[in-house]
Amino acid sequence: MNLLEIKNLSLFKEGRPILNSLSMDIWEGHVHAIIGPNGAGKSTLANTIMGLSGYRDFEGDIFFEGKSIKSLSVDERARKGITLLFQEPARFEGLGVSQFILAGAEDKSRAIVEDALQRAGLPPEKYMARAVDKTLSGGERKRIELASIYAMKPRLVLMDEPDSGVDIDSVKYIFSVIRELRHMGSTVILITHSPEVLKHADHAFLICAGTLVDKGEMSRMFDYFNGKCVPCVHVGQPTVDAAVQPLTAN
Amino acid sequence: MAEQAIVDKEALLAELLASINQHKFAPDVAHVEIHGNQVLSRHLVEGLIVEAETIEDGVKVHIRVKKGITLKNPVNFCFGLIPDNGVQRIIIDTVIGEGAHAKFIANCTFPNAVNIQHLMNATITVERGASLSYFERHVHGPNGGVTIVPVTKVFVAEDARFSTEFELIKGAAGVIELDYGAEVEKNATVDMMTRVFGREEDRIHIKEAAHLSGEGSTGVLTSHIALKNRASATIENELIADAPYARGHVDCKEIVQDDARARAIPVVQVNDHLAHVTHEAAIGSVDSKQLETLLSRGLTEDEATDLIIQGLLS
Repeated sequence: MNLLEIKNLSLFKEGRPILNSLSMDIWEGHVHAIIGPNGAGKSTLANTIMGLSGYRDFEGDIFFEGKSIKSLSVDERARKGITLLFQEPARFEGLGVSQFILAGAEDKSRAIVEDALQRAGLPPEKYMARAVDKTLSGGERKRIELASIYAMKPRLVLMDEPDSGVDIDSVKYIFSVIRELRHMGSTVILITHSPEVLKHADHAFLICAGTLVDKGEMSRMFDYFNGKCVPCVHVGQPTVDAAVQPLTAN
Repeated sequence: MAEQAIVDKEALLAELLASINQHKFAPDVAHVEIHGNQVLSRHLVEGLIVEAETIEDGVKVHIRVKKGITLKNPVNFCFGLIPDNGVQRIIIDTVIGEGAHAKFIANCTFPNAVNIQHLMNATITVERGASLSYFERHVHGPNGGVTIVPVTKVFVAEDARFSTEFELIKGAAGVIELDYGAEVEKNATVDMMTRVFGREEDRIHIKEAAHLSGEGSTGVLTSHIALKNRASATIENELIADAPYARGHVDCKEIVQDDARARAIPVVQVNDHLAHVTHEAAIGSVDSKQLETLLSRGLTEDEATDLIIQGLLS
């Protein structure tokens, strides 16, 4: 069953196509990956699904549980159960870790904060009293972001480069949370280049120059991505058609 | 007649403390309560001297922490006026003796203010190797009606530390004219922070200044202000470094909503090539990335903005 459907989505920035007539079906309860070279439009797609400022004016439509969410604001989409793990999380001077984690959680108990922090590999006794500010390292901040998403128990999570800025030892907690979200019934969309992260998806979409090039079972898509897309032979080519044609021909 | 005066004084004291949600202190906690220009109560601990005298238009207070004494608990001061109008003028002279360490907490409460002036002239001397942490919280009613004019001159001697925090978050600020200045000697440290939420027609003028005159002295001036409705604020932070290895930082953040107006005037000056001073200032609406992060967790824009401001002012 489709939780999210993207229909002929096109988005232009300064007259240039960033997303080009994309259509995707996101199956409920699965972990999907969106892969593609730098500048392919992966983060733009995530931001558009979330409805962030600057990504609201697009052609086509997005359906969540069969209903269009095109006209909904970010918070309205979030209250339907859609959320986004930002690639570069914001820092909040003075805002406590507990307050931040509970902001989107239905269950406002201390137990949910402790559980979420533990899932993200952050000892609650060390982090609950801290602020979500610049005293946290990039990796710590990312894992607190992940904890807040876990506490929210979302229907659909968009994760933009979930492992970026996270050290090798801590990446396992990211994977653990992805598994747990799936176990809870959440649908996950991973936006990543990392082979390690891709292993946790069961289905992938390959996009290049804003166009869907291929989709399918993860192992096949991963081999394809590694063999044909890295390094991307199309970087700098002037048109989407020129970029996509050689790949689809293969 | 005398009995009635005692009853009135006790009732006033109870009301004053209730307005700051404080009812009883432990025996080893020093506290002083001043209503208007009258000292209602005083409880001291060893090593702490507080002398107060009512003068024609105010009250004079001399505070001294004796040399080498470390006060175990913070000293609690409560300044306020229960009636809706009046003037409270306090002249305070504080000396923290050499090597002594103390924390002061001052609650200033004007719960019913319609037309009140709270004027404070303070001189604080933190002697060599001593430290003082001073926290001043204002509790105002919802109508403003308070004019606050605290003027404080601080002398921080060699190897001494002074930190101050001024908080006015609950109730309407009214008119604030805050002026703090510090002279910072060799290897001494000063840290000043102001956190104010201005609403309705509040007028806020904050001036924090530190002169890093001693080698290796440090200073941090921080102002976090949130404004809504038609409130306005001008923040002047001035940090002057005159000595080698003096280090300083100015941080001014103002969040502006509705028809509020904000102005920041940071002055940083270095007169020695081995000194280093930095400043950052951010004025405007709520940071869009912070806002979108909280929106993506399902908070409304108003809820997200309140949480961001709550963090900034915490």
